[in-house]
Amino acid sequence: MIPKLELRNLSKSFQTNGRNIEALSGISLQVDAGEFVTLVGPSGSGKSTLFNLIAGLLEPDKGEVWLDGQLQRERTGNFGYMPQRDLLFPWRSVTDNVAIPLELVGVNRGAARERAQEMLVHFGLEEFGGSYPSALSGGMRQRAALLRTILTEQDVLLLDEPFGALDALTRRELQDWLLEVWQEYSKTLFFITHDVEEALYLSDRVVVLSARPGHIVEILNVNLPRPRRPGMIARPDFGQQAAVLLKALGIRD
Amino acid sequence: MYLANSSRLRKPNNRFARNFLPPLLLILFLMAIWQLVADRGGLSSFILPSPLEVALAAWETRDLLLPAIGTTMVETLIGLVIATLLGFAIAAAIDLSATIRRAVYPILVASQTVQILAIAPLLIIWFGFGLLPKVFIVVLICFFPLALNTSDGLASADPEQVNLLRAMNAKRGQIWRMVRLPSALPAFFTGLRIAVTYSVVGATIAEWVGGTGGLGLYMLRSKNALATDQVFVAIVITSAISIGLFFLVYLIERLALPWYHTQARGEAWETT
Repeated sequence: MIPKLELRNLSKSFQTNGRNIEALSGISLQVDAGEFVTLVGPSGSGKSTLFNLIAGLLEPDKGEVWLDGQLQRERTGNFGYMPQRDLLFPWRSVTDNVAIPLELVGVNRGAARERAQEMLVHFGLEEFGGSYPSALSGGMRQRAALLRTILTEQDVLLLDEPFGALDALTRRELQDWLLEVWQEYSKTLFFITHDVEEALYLSDRVVVLSARPGHIVEILNVNLPRPRRPGMIARPDFGQQAAVLLKALGIRD
Repeated sequence: MYLANSSRLRKPNNRFARNFLPPLLLILFLMAIWQLVADRGGLSSFILPSPLEVALAAWETRDLLLPAIGTTMVETLIGLVIATLLGFAIAAAIDLSATIRRAVYPILVASQTVQILAIAPLLIIWFGFGLLPKVFIVVLICFFPLALNTSDGLASADPEQVNLLRAMNAKRGQIWRMVRLPSALPAFFTGLRIAVTYSVVGATIAEWVGGTGGLGLYMLRSKNALATDQVFVAIVITSAISIGLFFLVYLIERLALPWYHTQARGEAWETT
C-alpha cells in the first residue's frame, strides 16, 4: 500500500548571526492513511520546522515530501496546518474565522458562512458563532482553530502542539474530543506535543526526535486498544511504554 | 476583584458624567478665570476681550461668520477626503512593493519639511484665489500622518497569521485583504484623527494668505481692524470645528472597529 504521507531524508539548516545551525537531519518517515502519528522531542529539536517543511512554508535543503505517492513540490494548500497559537483573527467573528479556508477557495461569503455555521453546531460552538475570538476561552479557541483546519478539507492534518497552552482538565477534554473528530472525519493526523502521556493516549505511533540537529531516535507502536479511555493511563503497560519514550528522550528514572 | 466589580456597578448610570463632566468642568473653570482676569485685571478689552465680549462679537458678525464657516468647512472636507484616499493609496503602494517604498519614502518626508507659509503664496500665484490652493494645502498637511500611520499599521501584521494563510495556499492579494488590511485599520484611524485636527488650521492658513472668504479671511480682516474680540471668535470656532471632526472620526472608528474597542481594553488599565 502506498503511504499517505512519506518524508524522504529531509534536512534543514538555518543561518543565524553568520552561524550555520542544523535544525533537522535526515528525517525519513511513512504515515499511513487514517493513522494518528505523534512527534515528541525536546525544545529546539525542529518539530515545528518539520511541519513548516511539510506544509510548504519552508523548503528543505535536502529531501522530499510525498503525498499519496506523488512528489510534492509546490505543496502549500495540500495539508491542513494548525500552528501552536490559534491565530484566530480578532477582527472576524468565530463563524467568519472558521469560514476562511472556504473563502480562500472561492466559495462566496454567504455560502461559506452558512457551511461554517453548520459545522459550528456540530462542534458545539454554535452559541459563539457571532462572538469575536477574544470572548472565547482557550479551549473554545482551539476547537474553533481545529474546525478551521478541518474545513481546509485536506486529508492530512498537521497539528502543532494544539493543547500546549491549556490547563490539564481542558486538555483531557479536548484530547477525547480530538479522537472523536479524527474517527468521524477519517483524517490522517500528524501531531506534535511535549507531553509523553498525551502522545501515548492519542496515537497509533509515537516518533521521538533527538535534540538539535533533530533526527529520529525511536518509533514506538503504541500498544493500547481503541477507543482510548481516560482510565488507560493507569495501566501498567501504559507506564512501560511511557518509560520507553522517556528513555529515548534522554530522561532517566 | 473588588475594583473590577465596583467599576462595573458604577459604569452604566454614570457613563455620561464620567466621560463629559471632567472636561466640561475644567473648561468652565478656565472660562471663569478668563472672564475674571478680563474684568478685573485692568486690561483693556482690546488686549484681552472677555468670553462674554467674544460671544457678543460672534453674534454681531453672524452674517459674515456663517458663510465663512461654510467656505472653510467645504475646503477642509474636500481636502480631508482627498488626503485620506491619497494617504491610504500611498500606504498600500508602499506595502505592496519594496521598490516603491524606497522610491517614495524620502519624498514623503521631504513633503513635510516644506514651509506652508512659503508655499501658500506660490500656490496662489499658480492656481489663483479659488478653492484649489486651499484644498492643496489641506491635502499636503493631512495626507502624511495618514500615509505614515497606515503604512506602519500594514507592516505590523502578524507574520504567523500571514503564514497560516500561506499554508492554505492563499494568494498575495487575499492575504493582504484578510490580514494586512484589517491589522492596519486601528493605525489608519489614529492617522485620521491626527489629520482632522490639522485640517481646519491648514484651510484657514491658506485663506489668510490669499482667500476671498472663509474663517482665515475673517481672522485677517478682524486683525487688520484691530477687532481683537473677533479674532478670538475665529480662534474659538476653528477649534470647535476641529474638535467636532475629531469626535466624528472617533465615533466612526468605534462603529467600524468593534473588535478593537472592547470594554476590556479600556477597563484593564483604568482599574489598575
